[in-house]
Amino acid sequence: MTDIDDTTDRLTKGVNGAGLDARLVVERGSFRLDVPLTAAPGDVVALLGPNGAGKTTALRALAGLVPLAGGHLRLDGAALERTPPDSRPVGVVFQDYLLFPHLSALDNVAFGPRCQGATKAQARAEAAAWLDRMGLTEQAGAKPRRLSGGQAQRVALARALATHPRLLLLDEPLAALDARTRLEVRAQLRRHLAEFEAVAVLVTHDPLDAMVLADRLVVIEDGQVVQEGSPSDIARHPRTDYIARLVGLNLYRGQAAGHAVRLDAGPSITTTEDLSGPAFVAFPPSAVTLYRDRPTGSSARNLWRCRIAGLEIHGDQIRADLTGELPLAADVTTVAAADLDLQAGAAVWATVKATQTHAYPA
Amino acid sequence: MSKVDQSGAATDALVGGERRRRVRARRGVPLPLLVPGVLALAFLVLPLVALLVRAPWHGLPEQLTSAEVWQALQLSLLSATAATAVCLVLGVPLAWLLARTRFPGRGFVRALVTLPLVLPPVVGGVALLLALGRNGVIGKWLDAWFGITLPFTTTGVVVAEAFVAMPFLVISVEGTLRAADPRFEEAATTLGASRFTAFRRVTLPLIAPGIAAGAVLAWARALGEFGATITFAGNFPGRTQTMPLAVYLALQNDPEAAIALSLVLLAVSIAVLAGLRDRWLTTS
Repeated sequence: MTDIDDTTDRLTKGVNGAGLDARLVVERGSFRLDVPLTAAPGDVVALLGPNGAGKTTALRALAGLVPLAGGHLRLDGAALERTPPDSRPVGVVFQDYLLFPHLSALDNVAFGPRCQGATKAQARAEAAAWLDRMGLTEQAGAKPRRLSGGQAQRVALARALATHPRLLLLDEPLAALDARTRLEVRAQLRRHLAEFEAVAVLVTHDPLDAMVLADRLVVIEDGQVVQEGSPSDIARHPRTDYIARLVGLNLYRGQAAGHAVRLDAGPSITTTEDLSGPAFVAFPPSAVTLYRDRPTGSSARNLWRCRIAGLEIHGDQIRADLTGELPLAADVTTVAAADLDLQAGAAVWATVKATQTHAYPA
Repeated sequence: MSKVDQSGAATDALVGGERRRRVRARRGVPLPLLVPGVLALAFLVLPLVALLVRAPWHGLPEQLTSAEVWQALQLSLLSATAATAVCLVLGVPLAWLLARTRFPGRGFVRALVTLPLVLPPVVGGVALLLALGRNGVIGKWLDAWFGITLPFTTTGVVVAEAFVAMPFLVISVEGTLRAADPRFEEAATTLGASRFTAFRRVTLPLIAPGIAAGAVLAWARALGEFGATITFAGNFPGRTQTMPLAVYLALQNDPEAAIALSLVLLAVSIAVLAGLRDRWLTTS
C-alpha cells in the first residue's frame, strides 16, 4: 500500500524534479548508513530512531558536512553530491543552535544573507524582518547568551530560513529545552514548518516531537530504514520493538492462522482479525488486566501466567513490567496496584481481550 | 512541603560540613610541600627585590634620559611590536592549520614548531645566520636577487625576535582553537560562508582572547630576546642594540646604568602583566 504510494510519489517527483530525492550512504568504520529519503516541497519528514542509529549522520550528509560514500542526493532536480556545504541551498538548525556568541541575534540572522552577497544594510533589514516574524523584534540586539532557550531556538530557525533554503534540516530541535518551554516551542515550530514551502527534515528521538511536527516518519535503526509512513500509521502498526516501545504498545511477531497468531516465542494470541502467514500483534499496556489468582469468570481468551519484573510510575498509572509466558507491559491504576498488592517478584495472571488486540501482516 | 524544608536543611548541613572540612584541610598543609613552596616563592621574588634595593634612585632620572637608553628602548619596543605583528600574520594561520586540518606528519610539524621554544636562542641565531646570512642558504639569493641583507640590520632584529617568539603565539592560539567548538565553523558553512569567511567572521572573533594572550606572550618574549638577536643582528647602538643587549653591555662598563635599564624592563613587564590581567578578567 505505502510502497505503491511511494513509487507514484517518486514518479511525479521525477517529472517536475521538485523536492528531495536522496539515497544517503555513509560509511564510518564498521557502521554503515544507507537511507533512502524522498520528500515533496512542503513535506515535513522526521527521522526517528534511537541514539546511534545514524539520524544525525544522515542530516550531516544532507548538509554536506559528511561526504557520501555512495547513493545520490538531488534537490529540486539538481545533483548536490559534490556540492560543498556552503553552496548547498540547505539551512540547518543545530541541536544546541550554535548561535555565534559574539554576534547579536540580528547579526546572527543577517550572517547568511551577508554570505550570499547582500550588503550589510540589506542583510540586516532581511534579518529584522525574520526576527519580526518570529516575534523577536525586542531581542534583535541581544547576544545569544541573553536569550532564553525558546528565543535562541527561534533565532536559530530564523538564521537558517534567512538563506531561503530549499531544504531545511533540524537536528533535535527541541532537545535543548526544558519541559515547559518545549510545549510552547513545539507549537510555534509546527506553525513555522507549516508555512515553510520547501522540504523540511528533522531528526529526533522523541516520538511526540516527530508525530506533532512531521507529516511523515522515517524510522532508522542501526543505519537502516525499518519503517516509514504517516505518524498515525506508524503509531498503530509498529514493526519493531523500538517503535512499539516508543508509541507505548506491546508488540509480538508470529504466524497467523485465522483468529490466532502463534508467536515465535511460544504462546498464541487470539485476535479479532482473520489473517494468515507472518503477522504482528499489538496491544496497549492499558488493555492488560492483572489478577492475583487465576480468573474464572473472565471472558478474556488471552490468559498468561506472569511474574512482575519491575514497577514504575507512569503518569497517574503504574506500569508493570512482566516476564513469564509472555513478556509484556501492563498499566494498572494505583488503587488497583494496591488492591492486588503488586510488587516485584509477585506472580500474577494477565489477560487481554481479543477486541483490544490488533493484528496486521508482517 | 516539610519534606522540601528538611532536604533544604540537610543540604545546608552538608555545605557546612564541606566548609569545615575545607578549613581543616587548609590548616593541615604538609611541611614537605609548604617549605619548598615558600622557598620557591622567595627565590622568584628576592632577585627582583634586590634590583629595587640596589637601584641608584638619585641618579635615575639622568640615567634614563640619556640618548642611548631612549634609543635602545625605542628600538626594543618597535622591533618587539613588529616581530609580534609578523608572528600574528604568519602564526595564526599556522595554528589554524595545526588545529583544524589533518595531514600526514602533523605531529612532526607541531614538534618542529615548538623546537625554537626549547632551542638555546644563540643556536637559533646561528641557524638564522646560516639560513638568511649574506652567504646563507636563502640569504644568498635574497642578496643576489633583491639586494636584501638581513643580518646586522633592524629588520634582522625583528627576524630574530619573531623566530624566538612565534612558537609562543602558535601554541597559545592552537590551544584556544582546539578548545573552541569547530561546529561554529560548520554552522557558518551551512549559512553559505566559505571556510575562510567562516574563519574570519566566526572563528577569529571567538578566539580573539586567546590570540591576544598569545600576542602578549610573544611580545614579552621578543622584548627580552638576547641570544638570537646578538648572534644574528649584532649589537649596533641605534640599529640593533635592543634593551637586553644594552643592559648586558652596560653591566660591564657602568653597572648603575645596567640596573636603571633593568628597572625599565621590569616596569614594562609589570605593566604588561597588569594590562593583561584586566583584559583577561573582562573577556572571561
